[in-house]
Amino acid sequence: MVLFFQQLVNGIMLGAAYSLVALGLTLIYGILHIPNFAHGHKYMWAAFTSLFLVVNFHTNYWVSLLIAMVVLGIVGAGVERLVYRPLRNVPHINSFIAAIGLLLALESLSLIFWGADFRRFPTLYDKPIHLLGVAITLQRLLVIAGAALFIILLQVFIKRTWLGATIEAVAQDPEGAQLVGISIDRVSSLTFGIGTALAAAAATLIAPVFLVYPTMGSMPNLKAFVVIIIGGMGSIPGAVIGGFMLGLIEALGGGYISTDYKDLFAFGALVTFLTLRPMGLFGKGVR
Amino acid sequence: MGEILTVQGLTRHFGGLAAVMDLSFDVRAGEILSLIGPNGAGKTTVFNLITGTLLPTRGKVFFQDHEITGSRPHETTSFGIARTFQTTSLFYDETVMDNLIVSYHCRTRMGIWDAVFQTGRSREDERRCRQKAGEILEFIGLQDRVSELARNIPQESQKRLALGLALVTEPKLLLLDEPTGGLTEEENISMMALIQKVRTRGITIFLIEHKMKIVMNISDRIVVLNYGEKIADGSPQEVGRNSAVIEAYLGAGYAET
Amino acid sequence: MNRISGKWIVLAITVIAVIIPLVVTNKYYMNILIMSGIWSIVALSLNLILGYTGQVNLAHGAFFGIGAYASALLMLKLKLGFWLALPFAAAIAGFFGFLIGLPALRTRGSYFAIGTLCFNIIVTLIVDRWEGLTEGASPLPWGGEITFKTMAAQYYLVLCFLLLTIFVLRRIMQSLVGRTFRAIRGNEELAEAVGIHAMRTKILSFTVSCFFAGVGGVLYASYIGFLSPEITDYHVSFDALIYVMIGGVGTIVGPIIGTLLIVTIPETLHIAAEFRLLLYGLILIVMIIYLPRGIVGWIKELKGKRRQEVIWEKS
Repeated sequence: MVLFFQQLVNGIMLGAAYSLVALGLTLIYGILHIPNFAHGHKYMWAAFTSLFLVVNFHTNYWVSLLIAMVVLGIVGAGVERLVYRPLRNVPHINSFIAAIGLLLALESLSLIFWGADFRRFPTLYDKPIHLLGVAITLQRLLVIAGAALFIILLQVFIKRTWLGATIEAVAQDPEGAQLVGISIDRVSSLTFGIGTALAAAAATLIAPVFLVYPTMGSMPNLKAFVVIIIGGMGSIPGAVIGGFMLGLIEALGGGYISTDYKDLFAFGALVTFLTLRPMGLFGKGVR
Repeated sequence: MGEILTVQGLTRHFGGLAAVMDLSFDVRAGEILSLIGPNGAGKTTVFNLITGTLLPTRGKVFFQDHEITGSRPHETTSFGIARTFQTTSLFYDETVMDNLIVSYHCRTRMGIWDAVFQTGRSREDERRCRQKAGEILEFIGLQDRVSELARNIPQESQKRLALGLALVTEPKLLLLDEPTGGLTEEENISMMALIQKVRTRGITIFLIEHKMKIVMNISDRIVVLNYGEKIADGSPQEVGRNSAVIEAYLGAGYAET
Repeated sequence: MNRISGKWIVLAITVIAVIIPLVVTNKYYMNILIMSGIWSIVALSLNLILGYTGQVNLAHGAFFGIGAYASALLMLKLKLGFWLALPFAAAIAGFFGFLIGLPALRTRGSYFAIGTLCFNIIVTLIVDRWEGLTEGASPLPWGGEITFKTMAAQYYLVLCFLLLTIFVLRRIMQSLVGRTFRAIRGNEELAEAVGIHAMRTKILSFTVSCFFAGVGGVLYASYIGFLSPEITDYHVSFDALIYVMIGGVGTIVGPIIGTLLIVTIPETLHIAAEFRLLLYGLILIVMIIYLPRGIVGWIKELKGKRRQEVIWEKS
């Protein structure tokens, strides 16, 4: 029973992280119809950025999180401008290939700057607390809380602010949006910036739980894609529900069935969905 | 004479909307039948249902007395139904000749082993492709554009080429979706002449067209669609006098060119 | 450039390729050439499904690895000789291609890319964990007779298979079958409308592509001498993608040139691994934005030639 709760909490934590990363991804896909395959590597850079600030400048953890979000948000917008915008009118698969190039560049830059070592992210929140007979660190709870907070903030932003409305407008009807004077360029950059910032938040939240290293972004990247394909590309509720579903499947499957093959669940699920229901649970059927 | 194509109770829903509702009509062998109706009436959907691009929600399609409902597009083409698309569809990165050659593939039998070992069958098939492509090239009058890329030829030639691709598959029934789309008066006339030429080869033609002058001139019979339902069918004269049809077009019929 | 001089150039290059081992004795350079040869086979095979049929397959590493492992296991456990193991191993790779293609090719574009990538990861995970079959992460020795002891012998082996691959793929690409592949790439809906069975065509292309990836895998295994799960890794797929995209999709020469450039230049300049990766990434981005048809494609455009390679005129 203890195992169950342990894995349940882990699953929710993983789910929270996956959701946040997937949210950024689905936001970008919903607007630009680009599967931003380099998402995970920006996530990785966010973790390194906040790690760097905390270790070298002794910055407060939360301040470094915000800084990482801002920095990566700018990087995200810059990437949109330089790499994806020129490819806007060509088949989407070209953007995918560009994203692969970006991924390789980001990974190698990380190897060059930081080296291949695995690093620990020092945190104040690693004392275990006991809840329902289960020992978990406060950091893990913070991941869940932080993710929930950002998800809510995002919803509020999209539904209640003018900028958020422009994003929705472009997602639903780019031509119509242009006709009423909304700049597609600005919205694209903004969306990319926000999406990347969300991933940055996820990275900084979860980095203390695991380790920080240059290839840490690959798996979350792929799993984020699994999430948005299961949840439906472009769907925000899909990303959240899909994220938690995946987190739980992984934690419970890994705990009860096999840790060796736990990653397989994610990819097996993806392959199943791709073949049977490519538009996902909530998808709009847009390719 | 007889019916080459019969459509019975054909219905297609998209969500709650019925794009085509309980449609029944025949296409008689050797005729030119036109399908007309206001924008959004469901005409292209009818074509898609016949060729198999879309599956009907209900209803049946018979071709030469065999039921073909639910067949896939490549199957209906091999049965003898060819089509063109409303927005001209070509292999834009290939030459005119290559466009025509690959369209004959469905009438060949060679496979990959034939290709690798260059068997007699492969050489025979490739010769026949060339031959057929050359024949249709002349028929549609694009001989001087043979080595040009499809994306570089003028629009009228592109429309001819699209017609040519359909002809290469040796169809018995040809579905043409707005073959004069975007063409000038002069180009309309030469396209219509070409279509008449196709009919003389014994190919039945089923045509979607907006331009009333053309429809009245060329059609043996007309089927009129409005909001997915058939509101009239008959000879051009009969249809022209039909009050439901006139109403559907708000009297703008003959004023259209 | 008319076709006659084209043929002479090809002949000249072939002759040069044949006499190289007699001239070059430096092991370092021989190693580069042999690896280029092997990777060219892999790139050419990826080109069939990617460049010619237009589907971005990111599982190629898996089939390369399956070919390698299959040959090792056939030789170790079934005691087959090399000349039997190679075709069988490649056939096994092709067969897995067929199996994976059946569900995967029902998707398109980015979905297909992601799906194949996930298949690749699944294969790597299985190879890594199924220790009973593959020794898992510990190196699996590529057992069997080593009839190719000298580098020169290895070189000729690879060269023979490279020429064979080029020959077979060229025949396929220039045939009616190759035309149907291009039709799928150009306009799949129209291809179906003119009677081409899209699914069957894509699966055929994919299977043949995986077969030759397997050939590359076997040759790699025979050269390196031992195997580990990394050779099935999706980074192999990315590498193959880079070779093809830089050289030029949809041409015969393109993948070979791309492979030669990428494999030889960083090696000879002794560029460190991380910087190499950075370079590949940046080049890929630049290429896809400005030169999507690769170097060869760009040169062809400059010369005003048609972008396809097939010049099907009976002279």
